[in-house]
This record gives sequence, C-alpha cells and structure tokens, in this order.
Amino acid sequence: MPQPLNYLKETASQTAGPYVHIGLIPAMAGFDIFEKNFSNVLTTPDTDGERITLEGKVIDGTGTPLRDVLLEIWQANAAGRYNHPADRSPGALEQEFRGWGRAGSDFESGLVTFETIKPGAITDRAGRTCAPHINVWIVARGINIGLNTRLYFSDEEAANAADPVLNLIEQPIRRQTLVAKRSERGGKVVYSFTINLQGPEETVFFDV
Amino acid sequence: MNAQAPALQDPRLNRPEPLAPPLCDGGFFERDRSIHPPAHAPGYKSSVLRSPRQSLLSLEGSVSEITGPVFGHNDLGPLDNDLIRNYAKDGDPVGERIIVHGRVLDETGRGVPNTLVEFWQANAGGRYRHKKDTYLAPIDPNFGGCGRALTDDTGYYYFRTVKPGPYPWRNYVNSWRPAHIHFSVFGSGFAQRLITQMYFEGDPLIPICPILTTIPDKDALDRLVAPLDLNASAPFDSLAYRFDIVLRGQRSTYFENRTAGN
Repeated sequence: MPQPLNYLKETASQTAGPYVHIGLIPAMAGFDIFEKNFSNVLTTPDTDGERITLEGKVIDGTGTPLRDVLLEIWQANAAGRYNHPADRSPGALEQEFRGWGRAGSDFESGLVTFETIKPGAITDRAGRTCAPHINVWIVARGINIGLNTRLYFSDEEAANAADPVLNLIEQPIRRQTLVAKRSERGGKVVYSFTINLQGPEETVFFDV
Repeated sequence: MNAQAPALQDPRLNRPEPLAPPLCDGGFFERDRSIHPPAHAPGYKSSVLRSPRQSLLSLEGSVSEITGPVFGHNDLGPLDNDLIRNYAKDGDPVGERIIVHGRVLDETGRGVPNTLVEFWQANAGGRYRHKKDTYLAPIDPNFGGCGRALTDDTGYYYFRTVKPGPYPWRNYVNSWRPAHIHFSVFGSGFAQRLITQMYFEGDPLIPICPILTTIPDKDALDRLVAPLDLNASAPFDSLAYRFDIVLRGQRSTYFENRTAGN
C-alpha cells in the first residue's frame, strides 16, 4: 500500500436553511444592520455594455416556485473579462464592475431578478471561444450543497451551437434548459429563465 | 449602541508568519462528494422535492469557475465582525459571550487570504430575527444575528457573538436543531463557494439532527463541531471556540496547451 498523502479534506456543505437572508440579505429578513450591503444590481451608471434584467424562478419537483431560495451570479464584463487576477485574457478590465451579485426570491411569487449587463464571449483554457454566459449558484432550505448552473442567451444561437460546455450535454433537448429567453418590456431587455430542480424538464447542473 | 462595551481583541496568542501563496490558476481539486451530504437525503424532508434526479455534468475548471468575486475592506463596516455590538440599541445582547475564530485553508493547508466569511445565527433563546420565524422564544432587542469578516494574509478570521440556542423545526414531530452558526465562504474562485454550519463541542442534539446527519462521513461531520478553545478566551469576558474551514485545493498549471506560462 502506498503511503497516504496528507491533504486536508474540504469542509462539508450544509443547507443554507430558510433564514439565509439574515446573513446574506438582512433587509429581506426585515432589518437593517450593515452600512454597506450586497445586492442584485451589478451595474453602476458607468458600466460598459448592454443593460439587461435577468428574471426567473426556481421550481421544485411539484412545479411550485421556491420562495426562500438565494441565487448568486458571477460573470465577465462586456469585454469578456472576469474581474479576478487569474483571468489574464486580453479584454479590458473594468475595476468598478465586480461581476458578482446575489438575490433572494420574492417571498410571495418566488421571482428572482438581477440588473446587470450582457457579458462578452469568454476564451477558455484551450483557446476556444465560449458563448456569453452567466454562472449561477443556488442555495436554499432543502438544498444540501449549492447547485451550479449557467444561463446562456436565446439571441446567441450561433455562439451557443459552438459552445464547448453546451456541447458536453449529451441530449440536445437538455441544453435548452440553460437558455434564457430574450424579450423587451417597456424599452428594457429582459432575459427570462426557469430553473427546474427536479423532473422531466430538469435544469442541467454542473460539478464544477 | 452600548458605549461601555469593550472593543473586540484579536484572540490569537501566536500569530503565524503570513503565507504568500503563488498564483495558482490550474483549477481546483475535484470535489470529493463522498464527504458532502447527498442532494436527496429523505431524513431531511425538504430535500426530497429540491434535489436533482439527473447526474451532475462534470466540468473541468475553466476561467468561469477558477475566478470569483474579490472583496475588500471597503465592503465592510468597523463593527461587522462584532455581533455583541453591531445591533446593540440600549445594552448588550443576552447570552453566553463567545469568540469564534479560526483559519480558512485550502486542502493543501495554505491559508486563503482576503476572503469574505459571512455568518448568521439565532439568539441565545433560539429565535431568529427573520420575518418568517414564528418560534415563541422572544427576539433580543440588542441582537441582530449576522456578521462578516475578511480573512487576513494568513487566512485568519474572528468574530464575537453570543452562543445561539437550539430551536424546534417542522421535520419530524419533535425535531430540534443543535446550537449552530451558519457560515458562508467565498475562497478565490467561484467553484470554492461554500455554505456550511458550525456546531458546538458536546451538544447532545448533534447526533440526532436530521440535517447534520445528512453528512455520510463521520469525520467530515466531526469537523463541523468546533472545540472549546480556552487559550483564546478572554478571562472574565468571553469563552472561545475554534472553527477552521477547508476549501478545495488549488493547483498550478503544468504543461497545458495554452500560451500563458505557469
């Protein structure tokens, strides 16, 4: 027997529980405590790129929206550059665009919204172009370990067809679960998404 | 706020030298899912309808996953890691005063510097300050129940609070959560994102909790139980508990088909 390598083991995940808002979005829990709060608005007036609203729901195995779910998104800027030192791609960095936000679902409707910009296309490690996408992380009561998925854009058909991650999904019909639908409402661009946790139209989740 | 409350002191006795990890952008160690709770864990009833039935699709880390949000001291306020004072209205909160401290490490043992740690909890009676919590134990007017800290150059964090109480919940007819503090940790890449819960040494509710026992690995479960750390306590002020958090290890990039060097 070889000697074991003495790596530490990752800390085990636990559910975020129904009161996740206390720690992560205290205003939703019903109180004001921090001077500065994180939010679902990623943009400032100076942010480059097309302003978009992401709007959707997370659905359980009976078709009922989760009303206590929390989503975080992580994305590149309009030039396809992540605001992180490990991204050394050539796109211009915008210091004021963090590229991250969090939102809780509405306690009545389950609706989740983000105000952001449409990200540019990314170049992956092998130099391939990836279709514009937003990384999504989902936690809630009843979810024991955060779920990772992606949102792609319905008006990027050619880029989506060539995307190396979408093409890893064996069944083409399942790729559609990751595509947010573009529409316009009152002059604003809205991308609508549905994340199905379970069932015949189950969203693709990733082990990243 | 109570102006008489003493300032929170760094509880470390011997501060280790700061580590300066190299920029490792080769992705993360594969997540060992055998130590994490499965998505479908029927003893925790609400997981039944909220767990995917399809397999997860494995992705090797691309730039989307090895990067993640960066936070700085400008994001925090001066009392954000002091739950004794950050919601105090006309005095200190009621309860056992404790310091919780530890390091955020990765699986290689390196400290994870400058990463955001967030925490939230019930008050000493097991009541959450949340509009959806209707447990009959009262709200504490001087206790909010949340805080946050950035780790230092060595991955170290600390905060002060009161020890939370257990509380009942609707799972089985008579289910009670052990005393616990929820933790949210970022790490350096979005693939390291983790939410977990810290428990307290010696709590007899731990082995019978339907949420905690979703964890299949006994050692992994034990690592969520923080031991009493008398050396870090403040005499005549606060006891201390030690809770180290381990995130996924990070690799360097060797011999990969790309132009940028390692």
